Amino acid sequence: MTQLLLFNVFNGLIIGAFYALMALGLSLILNLSGVINFAHGGFLAIGGYVAYTLVPYVGFWGALIASPFIVAFIGILVERVLIRRLYGRDPLYSLLLTFGLAFMIEDGTRFIWGAQSLPYQIPSWLAAPLSTEYFFLTGYRVFMMILVAAAVAGLFLILNHTRLGLRIRAGTLDLETVSVLGVNVRVLRNLNFGLGIYLAGLAGVLAIGMLGLQPTVGDNLIMPSFIAIIVGGLGSLPGTLIGGLMIGVASGVTSVYFPSASEAVMYVMMAVVLIVRPRGLFGEEGRF
Amino acid sequence: MPKFDKRAGDILVWALLLAGPYWLPAVGSYVELGSHVVVYALAAMALNFLLGYTGVLSFGHAAYFGLGAYGTAMTIKYLYPSTPLGILVGVVVGTVAAAIIGPLIVRLRGVYFAMCTIAFGQVFYFIAFQWRSATGGDDGVSAWTRVPLDLGFTKIDILNNPQAFYYFVVAVFAVCAAAMAFLLRSPFGRTLLAIRENERRARFLGIPVDRHIWMSWVISCFFVSVAGTLFALMNNFIDPRALRWDQSGDFVIMAVLGGMRSFWGPLIGSAIFLVLQDYISSHTENWMSFIGLFFVLIVLFFPRGVLGIIRRKATS
Repeated sequence: MTQLLLFNVFNGLIIGAFYALMALGLSLILNLSGVINFAHGGFLAIGGYVAYTLVPYVGFWGALIASPFIVAFIGILVERVLIRRLYGRDPLYSLLLTFGLAFMIEDGTRFIWGAQSLPYQIPSWLAAPLSTEYFFLTGYRVFMMILVAAAVAGLFLILNHTRLGLRIRAGTLDLETVSVLGVNVRVLRNLNFGLGIYLAGLAGVLAIGMLGLQPTVGDNLIMPSFIAIIVGGLGSLPGTLIGGLMIGVASGVTSVYFPSASEAVMYVMMAVVLIVRPRGLFGEEGRF
Repeated sequence: MPKFDKRAGDILVWALLLAGPYWLPAVGSYVELGSHVVVYALAAMALNFLLGYTGVLSFGHAAYFGLGAYGTAMTIKYLYPSTPLGILVGVVVGTVAAAIIGPLIVRLRGVYFAMCTIAFGQVFYFIAFQWRSATGGDDGVSAWTRVPLDLGFTKIDILNNPQAFYYFVVAVFAVCAAAMAFLLRSPFGRTLLAIRENERRARFLGIPVDRHIWMSWVISCFFVSVAGTLFALMNNFIDPRALRWDQSGDFVIMAVLGGMRSFWGPLIGSAIFLVLQDYISSHTENWMSFIGLFFVLIVLFFPRGVLGIIRRKATS
């Protein structure tokens, strides 16, 4: 029983790391631009499909590195052409726009790559289980965990120690002042959007090794990401990270005892947080 | 002059609705599509009560729509075969769920409110999806039909006569529309408008804003669950897709497309959206792309909606 529990806690951490990776990207965009990016799951799927297409040419490692950048580039284009026009307008419109975008991406990937689930080859030394004696754990899962941790660490390094990161953090607090101080806010929002989408693309490349590849692969990850943001608190990136890990572990542990409630437990957590602390665990007061 | 226009508009809408079965086939359509439009129009108008008249963005109305539908379907299938009872149970289920969720979210505003309504909406989707023994899971609740209305002195066969069902839907729609119009004209409705226009000022005037938003939310969900019950009766079937978030998005786009600031806007939006969807999905497999593109185009070029543009033209 302890082993089973331990196994599920670890599994929950992996799933939670994915939620957190998605949610961090969403949160970056939401904090600076006030846009809920419904198409985030779609960008995740694009990340997976681009990697799938690249593997025969550049190999597993090449695809792992290149695909998120390609997706980020697509994200930057989308922001320039579409989303930029909606800043400062009612959030209703950006929601509807990204909603339509999500439809188009899902249908587009289905049109290009087909509706059937595609297999994704990971190197065999990573796919092999580390130990069959204690509990089942492939090297790939450990590898994913390390990579997600590295990505998150990289994100916080960028935010805390580069000029871009400083401006993003400042813009989250008061965009107008940042603009008055001579920062080009249009470019800042554009790069920030790209950074958020990069994380979605990275999550996509990693997720398909575990979840397989179909056009709706992002659908199951986007709602938990919303919950991670709400639980962690709007406006706080560390909160989002912790929120993601928390709901992942909670749903992992619940699946040991009540498998059918593993989804529901996330929503219960969200309800409890909203009752006790409507701004979320690490949210700033008065932001919304 | 504008007053006259408004009354003429009302008369035109009712005349078109009542004469539906006579002119729909003449323009190459069919009565069932008419019922479809009216049901969705009711849902979109209910959403607009909150969105257009209270200024609160909900992206999770499909949940209460679906709860109404499931309540009706399961009552008729398992409990007692009666259409009015099914509607009653469906509406109670949807409204009570909304009343319970309400206090959790009314303190939030803007995108945060929208995000929480989406997330809470998905709870019911997962329940419907995973509770196989009761809801049939992915397959939905089938193998039941709506029951002809028994008025005591006469029977109305809404089951086999599509025209009778159309008028039944229009009658329910009329009662709901009248109730919403009445509420919006009452001091309560005016208070909601005040909150929409300037929440801070409304608060300073001593209006309990959160309670008003909660009431508006529950009223809106009440009417959307009425639409849900009609939806289940219309299809004699219900599956979890009726409570998914893309359904909520459809309601919002209908309200926006028709014009959020107008009472009849969502009706026009629903008609345009459904006719277009009907047309596109019968011509291409990639209808999802076109619907998505449609969303994008409306947001970029048409954010005021049909009635918003007409009204702007009239005043300028």
